[in-house]
Amino acid sequence: MEFDKILETIHMISDQNLDVRTVTMGISLMDCIDSDSDVACQKIYDKITTKAKDLVKTAEQIEMEYGIPIVNKRVAVTPISLVAGASQDKDYVKYAKTLDRAAQTLGIDFIGGFSALVQKGMTKGDQTLIASLPEALAQTNLVCASVNVGSSKSGINMDAVKQMGEVITTAAKLDYMTNAKLVVFCNAVEDNPFMAGGFHGVSEPDVVINVGVSGPGVVKAALEHVKGQPLDQVAETIKQTAFKVTRMGQLVGSVAAKRLNVPFGIVDLSLAPTPAVGDSVAQILEEIGLAQVGTHGTTAALAMLNDAVKKGGIMACSHVGGLSGAFIPVSEDAGMIAAVEAGTLSLDKLEAMTAVCSVGLDMIALPGDIPATTVSAMIADEAAIGMINNKTTAVRVIPVPGKKVGDQVEFGGLLGYAPIMPYNQTSSAAMITRGGLIPAPIHSFKN
Amino acid sequence: MKAILTVVGQDKVGIVAEVSRFLAEQDINILDISQTILEGHFTMMMAVQVPEQSDLQLISAKLAELGQTLKVEINLRNEEVYRAMHQL
Repeated sequence: MEFDKILETIHMISDQNLDVRTVTMGISLMDCIDSDSDVACQKIYDKITTKAKDLVKTAEQIEMEYGIPIVNKRVAVTPISLVAGASQDKDYVKYAKTLDRAAQTLGIDFIGGFSALVQKGMTKGDQTLIASLPEALAQTNLVCASVNVGSSKSGINMDAVKQMGEVITTAAKLDYMTNAKLVVFCNAVEDNPFMAGGFHGVSEPDVVINVGVSGPGVVKAALEHVKGQPLDQVAETIKQTAFKVTRMGQLVGSVAAKRLNVPFGIVDLSLAPTPAVGDSVAQILEEIGLAQVGTHGTTAALAMLNDAVKKGGIMACSHVGGLSGAFIPVSEDAGMIAAVEAGTLSLDKLEAMTAVCSVGLDMIALPGDIPATTVSAMIADEAAIGMINNKTTAVRVIPVPGKKVGDQVEFGGLLGYAPIMPYNQTSSAAMITRGGLIPAPIHSFKN
Repeated sequence: MKAILTVVGQDKVGIVAEVSRFLAEQDINILDISQTILEGHFTMMMAVQVPEQSDLQLISAKLAELGQTLKVEINLRNEEVYRAMHQL
């Protein structure tokens, strides 16, 4: 092996924050369904703590042996609305606490799947789960929740959208951090290893290992070598870098799956930033040539970045899945935070950016007095972008009680901090209170 | 496990000797060794065979300690990671 190739890898890991963001074990809970919720919760706890008992230990061994940081170890489970629906319980907080307890026993970072898929309608289980969300998230630490409210095939469930606005504003009053653990999706994917939106889809195997890579710092460093060159050269450089990053994810995932004796699912090719300096998607866009992210040209640069990451990564691994694209969370990205503080990056521009990248309005702090109907309207806009463009979109916004535009809020750790962003004060209430279903779009005559 | 050991840092007398002595103590066999000065830095690469029963955590910790003493950065990684990233 050549010197320069080995050194390139070492630089990527030690100076450019290359890591495997997560090794996530998906576990089906379909065989834990029971009409007695105590029995169901015991089965859930037993299954998770049995199947994933070696997850953390195995991931740590791989970190040591391969010298690659694996930042998070996570578990994703079958949407709890499907599992808990068989019981007559009035709320599902007990199920959330069971997941939390299992996660603590395992020593993992997060457990996802306190979820419901309601794009076309709601069962009793879905309704109970959604109503339980504020308390379930406030009373647990490691549980992540998601609700899918729309899809390209079935349209947008506006009753669910209306309800989710209320859930988010209610949960914020209990503890604003609850909403950092809650994602509202359109076109949610079933094999997403990233949180807060990860759950284990019903078409997945009983147990599976999925991997999410990262590496914005590596892409930025590679682009520093092609300053001033045409954009096709920039795209080519991103592709080549994404290929290498993904190969590492493929290696880690396949080794983990083999050692845990479970099938290897997918590599999620997402560029996931952290608040650390040099681990920012915004700074990649600025390296491409924007004075600051959010200015004119941002959508074009992001579209190219997102596409090139996929093109480079897709050949590098056996199966690609999850969200696979560039994430643009505000609080988790030093460059995004700076652009919002400078007034260069607005909520409207972020919405436009979500039309061309994965995933949506993510980790955006809002004033605590935002009306529920306005949150619902933001969700509806994002869902519409996803529905029409056949892509996953999501909303993870965080109203912070007592805070106003210009204030800051600290989320801690990988979640970073965020300036409170202004929203459009004009009411959308009359539209949201209509409820109903936005019909699925026509899939021809695309203009 | 076949691994690649890399040493990067300021050149000085005795780096190869010290690292090789440590490897011998740990019963780690050197399969290949090459060394150069890259961009002004001493750069050494060794392909090594680490015995299966070795305590990697302990070896890595001791290598980090040795690196501090020699004022160089020492890394030991399973060679598969380099192959995966750079070879089809």
